[in-house]
Amino acid sequence: MQRIGVFICHCGTNIAGTVDVKAVAEALSHEQGVVFSTDYQYMCSESGQQLMREAIREHKLTGIVVGSCSPRMHEATFRKAASLEGINPYMVEIANLREHVSWIHKDMKEATEKAIILGRAAIAKVHLNAPLTAGESPVTKRALVIGGGIAGIQTALDIAEAGFEVDIVEKSPTIGGKMAQLDKTFPTLDCAACILTPKMVDAAQNEKITIYAYSELEAVKGYVGNFKAQIRRKARYVDETKCTGCGLCTEKCPQKKVPNEFNMGMDTRRAIYIPFAQAVPKVATIDATYCTMLKTGKCGVCSKICGTGAIDYTQKDEIIEREYGAIVAATGFNPIDATVYGEYGYATCPDVVTSLELERLMNAAGPTNGTLLRPSDKEHPHKIVFVQCVGSRCTETDERGKPYCSKICCMYTAKHAMLIREKYPDTEVYVFYIDVRTPGKNFDEFYRRAVEQYGVHYIKGMVGKVTQNGKQLRVQASDLLAGEQLHIDADLVVLATAIEPDKTARSIGTMLTASMDTNDFFTEAHPKLRPVESPTAGIFLSGICQGPKDIPETVSQASACAAKVIGVLAKDKLTCNPCVASSDEMLCNGCSSCEKVCPYGAITYADKEFRGPNRTTLIRRVASVNPAVCQGCGACTVACPSGAMDLKGFTNKQIMAEVDAICK
Amino acid sequence: MKFSYYPGCTLKTKGKDLDRYGRLAAKALGFTLEELPDWQCCGAVYPMAKDEIATKLSAVRALVATRDEGQELVTLCSACHNVIKQVNNDMAADADIALRVNNYLGLETPYNGETSVLHYLEVLRDRVGFDKIKAAVKNPLTGRRIAAYYGCLLLRPRKVMQFDDPENPTILEGLIRALGAEPVIWGMRNECCGGYVAAEDKEQSQKRSNIVMQDAKKNGADTVITACPLCLYNLAKNGGTELPVVYFTELLAEALGVK
Amino acid sequence: MSHSNNKTEQVLRSSGVDVRKCMRCGKCTATCPAFDEMEYHPHQFVYMVEKGEIEKLAASKSIYKCLSCFACVDRCPRGVEPAKLVEAVRLSVIREQGQNHLKTDSIPAMLDEDMPQQLLVTALRKYSK
Repeated sequence: MQRIGVFICHCGTNIAGTVDVKAVAEALSHEQGVVFSTDYQYMCSESGQQLMREAIREHKLTGIVVGSCSPRMHEATFRKAASLEGINPYMVEIANLREHVSWIHKDMKEATEKAIILGRAAIAKVHLNAPLTAGESPVTKRALVIGGGIAGIQTALDIAEAGFEVDIVEKSPTIGGKMAQLDKTFPTLDCAACILTPKMVDAAQNEKITIYAYSELEAVKGYVGNFKAQIRRKARYVDETKCTGCGLCTEKCPQKKVPNEFNMGMDTRRAIYIPFAQAVPKVATIDATYCTMLKTGKCGVCSKICGTGAIDYTQKDEIIEREYGAIVAATGFNPIDATVYGEYGYATCPDVVTSLELERLMNAAGPTNGTLLRPSDKEHPHKIVFVQCVGSRCTETDERGKPYCSKICCMYTAKHAMLIREKYPDTEVYVFYIDVRTPGKNFDEFYRRAVEQYGVHYIKGMVGKVTQNGKQLRVQASDLLAGEQLHIDADLVVLATAIEPDKTARSIGTMLTASMDTNDFFTEAHPKLRPVESPTAGIFLSGICQGPKDIPETVSQASACAAKVIGVLAKDKLTCNPCVASSDEMLCNGCSSCEKVCPYGAITYADKEFRGPNRTTLIRRVASVNPAVCQGCGACTVACPSGAMDLKGFTNKQIMAEVDAICK
Repeated sequence: MKFSYYPGCTLKTKGKDLDRYGRLAAKALGFTLEELPDWQCCGAVYPMAKDEIATKLSAVRALVATRDEGQELVTLCSACHNVIKQVNNDMAADADIALRVNNYLGLETPYNGETSVLHYLEVLRDRVGFDKIKAAVKNPLTGRRIAAYYGCLLLRPRKVMQFDDPENPTILEGLIRALGAEPVIWGMRNECCGGYVAAEDKEQSQKRSNIVMQDAKKNGADTVITACPLCLYNLAKNGGTELPVVYFTELLAEALGVK
Repeated sequence: MSHSNNKTEQVLRSSGVDVRKCMRCGKCTATCPAFDEMEYHPHQFVYMVEKGEIEKLAASKSIYKCLSCFACVDRCPRGVEPAKLVEAVRLSVIREQGQNHLKTDSIPAMLDEDMPQQLLVTALRKYSK
């Protein structure tokens, strides 16, 4: 028989304002097994915990019920206080009287009644609680970062700085990501390459960092501290150890008509290529889709001219397996496909471009060597219209767009407008906006400078349609403040297209069993208090894969993420959650239902010998749970048809006792 | 290939050519249009209001008759197509409208949008196939530059009509290519011709039609084609250009050698 | 005011439009081919219905100038469907006794030899009850 103590917290007026706490404590004092019941203003305070500890000693308590806020807030606090008095922490139960009662009810009578019922349920559960002991598991002291953009690079550098090994897996031939494609960065207008490429070089030269470029994550097994990842190193058809990056092959390759993705397809590259001058690793890659040698067996020019014999047409994809203690998703973003917005003419008019294309058109290493020329006739545009929120902030009724604000467009458009006005003062620039959103240090000042100092025309309204009108583009738009419909003949139209998570994010999320939202952004463990962790232990989030953000925010989050990874890697052992599933082999019928629903791959089946009647031996297929992998979600206990699966700390009996107490 | 066919009022009078050439071309391409018996005027415009029931009934009757024949319903006039397809969508998706219509009609089997409604162009693209049409062409329209005018009714609302990309449609251009001509891609092909305001405000429809026709002309079209009698009327009569405007079925019949 | 509220309710109900979804981007008005003829423009229909100013809209010629081309409906990023509001306001007027905008008597004067039936039927459906 348990000796139970009940502690009802006022939480200031948070609970006491709606719940008659004294009545709750009094009602629960009559429950079976309750030998002490009281209320207190702040149970989580030092003196509240002291009160609990004294009561444990004085009344020889064996079980504790705290009626307070959500267990997510202070369960750990109360468990710790109880364990200081020698009570197993898993003998403490929380009745959530704040989130589940006081914050959602107005009527005190009803709220008090519900609080008593929840208290009773907790007491009923404590009667069946058993002490649980957390196990330990070792930690592999190496991290994996998926994605080599600025987020992944920063996270890797910070982890390496703390002395741990990091591998970066990047699917393109080089690290650098989207930032490498940008021209200047807001709000300081420093050149993106100038601040990014030193970091890329740092990463390459850091002995703790290994870069697997042109590689993709193939599979992940394991759990926090003990992940096993398979990485596909895609065939470059170039030996990385021999290639010096001289670039001769990329000049001589006869296949010249490959769309250059680094310049958003606005010019061409060869079939063997190095994406850009500062690529890391600076190694050539053969694009198998276009290489004549690989397609027909007739060419071989690159092989003939390569001075180091690095070309290897027989190279095959290679799968390597590595072990990690923690994994970081830094999978980044892409602009949405602008062709779906036919009314803006992107698919039909060559001089309608996206903002990322404009970055390349303004970049010295871009297709026009940094001179702003329009794609159709390479003329200098004199009138440019920017369209904001293309595909952002849409309801679900517009399946072409995204429901969220893409966050970065207002600022990069102000940047574009300003740079154009500075370099080409004869160019008129119009920006059609719904709202100008500039929260950030020196951001609004930046936008105002575009208006006040550079004379950019900001018009509150939207573009409805863009059509080709001879050599120009006819832009039909609204000016809501003037109450006018405008028809502007522009030379160039720039679409601030929404951004979306990279297409690979969903499959990587599935491999990592990391939860994602409906937009394919990774979900945080807590949106405010654990913003760089996935709810899945050992998986961390860096950059836009978690939600739209600009470079300063991405870098901050990347470093925060690294700190969390270091927190895992710095430990020699990790404490496991003891509330894991276990299977009663005598009841298991071998149906595999649990194995199928387990999101963590914690359940395996094996044939086992059992004693049958008359001294015979039976072989039965039964489930077993790897407690180090199990996260205690309980899905298997629901799926199990024979009642063999049970979750420690939340056994079927405990839950039924709670339900009975509620329905009493 | 046999379909139930809903011609609509205008195709029996001022828009006879749209119907006549459509039937000739269908015959040449080997599909049968079986005119629904006792069809009634669809009302020519989709009644948008949720509380409009009576004005949707004639469309429902055509849909029910087609269902009872066990066939698909083909339309040719853009307006009829728009009305019947949108009403069909209401019957499938708006429980309140479906209930009230069914209560009124008192059918043996209530109707809930089961009939599939196809525009003649969709039959050409999805059932006959442009490749087959290309092979059947006797007089290829080589050297012609044809501007396809879609207007509003075939394309919008996109979710209900599900006809083509309403901002960058390709179906008529595909047909034009199959007939051996060159399609003109132009910005105003899905902008309104002025529609029914021509009745009381000729100026407004002239303005709209003129914008459309000038754009076709500027892009070097020698002919404009359409699937809508009202568009044809507005563009030809109020468009302010000499550019010929004809039904797409006429062009089709011409190329197939059955005109 | 209560009369106006009833009208607002009626317009919202018969249009099925949720005006609160509007984010005031003005794409409907940017796209409207009847802009020049309208006194109140599509985004104003949405805003004024939200504010309950049906009377002003009902008295405006704008309700007879909308072409029902559905460009505003299709291009709205928020699924607001302004054209349906215009239709609902117009219906609230012409459904009242003696408020037909197009009288059958005036039709003969409009006719010409090419005018398709479709035009007359549509105009009557749009302008009269």
